[in-house]
Amino acid sequence: MLYTTVSRLTTDQLHIHTISDHLFRHEAGKMVAVLTKVFGTENLELSEDVVQEVFLTAVQVWALKGLPENPSAWLMHAAKNKAIDAIRRNKFSSRMDFSATDRKLLQSEYTMATQIEKLWQEDEIRDDLLRMMFACCHPEVAVESQITLIMKTLCGFSTHEIAKAFLTSHDTISKRLYRTKAFYRERKIKPEFPAADQLKGRTDAVLKAIYLLFNEGYNSTVSDQLIRKDLLGQAMYLCKLLCDTPHTQLPEVYAAMALMCLHAARINSRVSPEGELILLAHQDRATWDRELIREGNAYLNKAAFGESISSYHIEAAIAYEHCTTIDFNDTNWQRILAYYDLLVQVTPTAMVALNRLAVIFKLKGPGATFEEIAQSGFTKEWEKLYLYHSLLGELYLATDTAQAVTHLQKAISLTNSEAEKNLLRKKVAHAQQV
Amino acid sequence: MKEYLLLFRGGDSGEMQQSPEQQQQHMQKWMAWMGALTEEGKFGGAQPLKPDGRVITGSQKVVTDGPFMEGKEMVGGYLLCKADTYDEAVAIAKGCPILEFDNGMVEVREVHELKM
Repeated sequence: MLYTTVSRLTTDQLHIHTISDHLFRHEAGKMVAVLTKVFGTENLELSEDVVQEVFLTAVQVWALKGLPENPSAWLMHAAKNKAIDAIRRNKFSSRMDFSATDRKLLQSEYTMATQIEKLWQEDEIRDDLLRMMFACCHPEVAVESQITLIMKTLCGFSTHEIAKAFLTSHDTISKRLYRTKAFYRERKIKPEFPAADQLKGRTDAVLKAIYLLFNEGYNSTVSDQLIRKDLLGQAMYLCKLLCDTPHTQLPEVYAAMALMCLHAARINSRVSPEGELILLAHQDRATWDRELIREGNAYLNKAAFGESISSYHIEAAIAYEHCTTIDFNDTNWQRILAYYDLLVQVTPTAMVALNRLAVIFKLKGPGATFEEIAQSGFTKEWEKLYLYHSLLGELYLATDTAQAVTHLQKAISLTNSEAEKNLLRKKVAHAQQV
Repeated sequence: MKEYLLLFRGGDSGEMQQSPEQQQQHMQKWMAWMGALTEEGKFGGAQPLKPDGRVITGSQKVVTDGPFMEGKEMVGGYLLCKADTYDEAVAIAKGCPILEFDNGMVEVREVHELKM
């Protein structure tokens, strides 16, 4: 009897943990965005602490009393109260700056609660979050620091989880966060929408960070599944915010959203249950998410305006081509190559050129690919990429087994991903059999 | 510009008779009043005070529970503000929401700039 009660309680608590994890990631950003209006970007740490306190209380109270009817509203209400506690606690602290008009009224008990309510306008929160994103993607902050900060403050990831996602140490991430926060403290950067003439450039920076966040989740096969999916979910959530806000409804925003939908649709077929990578040719296309593909297509249609074409447009078009091909053998490599020809003009990077090379190999075989390599100006950069050596491994497979194995082994040494290493080892074994 | 201290007395019994909804509306009025002062850069701080307290008297520093005044005479809060003249300070004080209650009172006192 006692045993059943105990076990039921634990299942309930587990249930709460799974629900809250998801909810917490979503709500963390909103709360930090509003709390930053209260405490300022110079006190990001304090905002994060308050959010942590709210989550801790939520888990305790919900485990005891069950999930509230509206968990999101419960959290916001708790955050208001904790914010008031924090103001009272820090009232005479030199780190709190009450000089701004908005914050002066937070000092007085007469007006504090009313002022907090005012800052917490439900319909303003979305804009607050966007303003915070623009602040996080400040042009003077390095991109990797931008994403780290977004993950920590707006997506509610712990330093430990971020370190795992980036395949780096806890220490590196802590230091990076410390330096980034110091920058905001010293410069007193306010979360605000950029001026009209800067909007496009600044939105590009935000999009880039969002897409990197997405890629962090898409490519990392080492970090655990939950973190991976949460990263994808958070990146898409943030991008959707940009799509839904008149300020930022630019063609490239819709295109990036389309691209993420079309990639996310295939996420489940990319990795086997044992954590092994599955190549496009062998993916079970029946598991692709039709709904996401349809959504991706809708965003891609919405993206078709304006004068310029972004790399997101072209990459989304490529992804769409794959998504709508029912059998791998029917893949229209000719059309995909045409997209890559365009992409390499819009974004002439080593990575894009390498992807184009892989398509040339698919379409025209090793001979034409070697010719392409001979003419390319990217070979020096390619040498450092495991994907290049992995491709060379395949190019040599039919003609020169020794060369093929050398390149595949070089590729193994260049990647940190265990899943990639396993895949490459299989190719080595295959080459040696031939 | 001079500095004035506004002392609020009374008004408590009136507040106690309000419904939560009315109380919230009442607090909105404090917000509007102090918000306007803040916008004009004249707001220096304000706090409500609890009715009980301690009184320390004389060189012996005798401590008693206090202040033992009748409710309506008790200081229930203060606000510091800037104004050019007494007239302006009084005009500010007239906006205080405590005056919505019949026994509400605002005492206006100018800060004495001590000449060294």
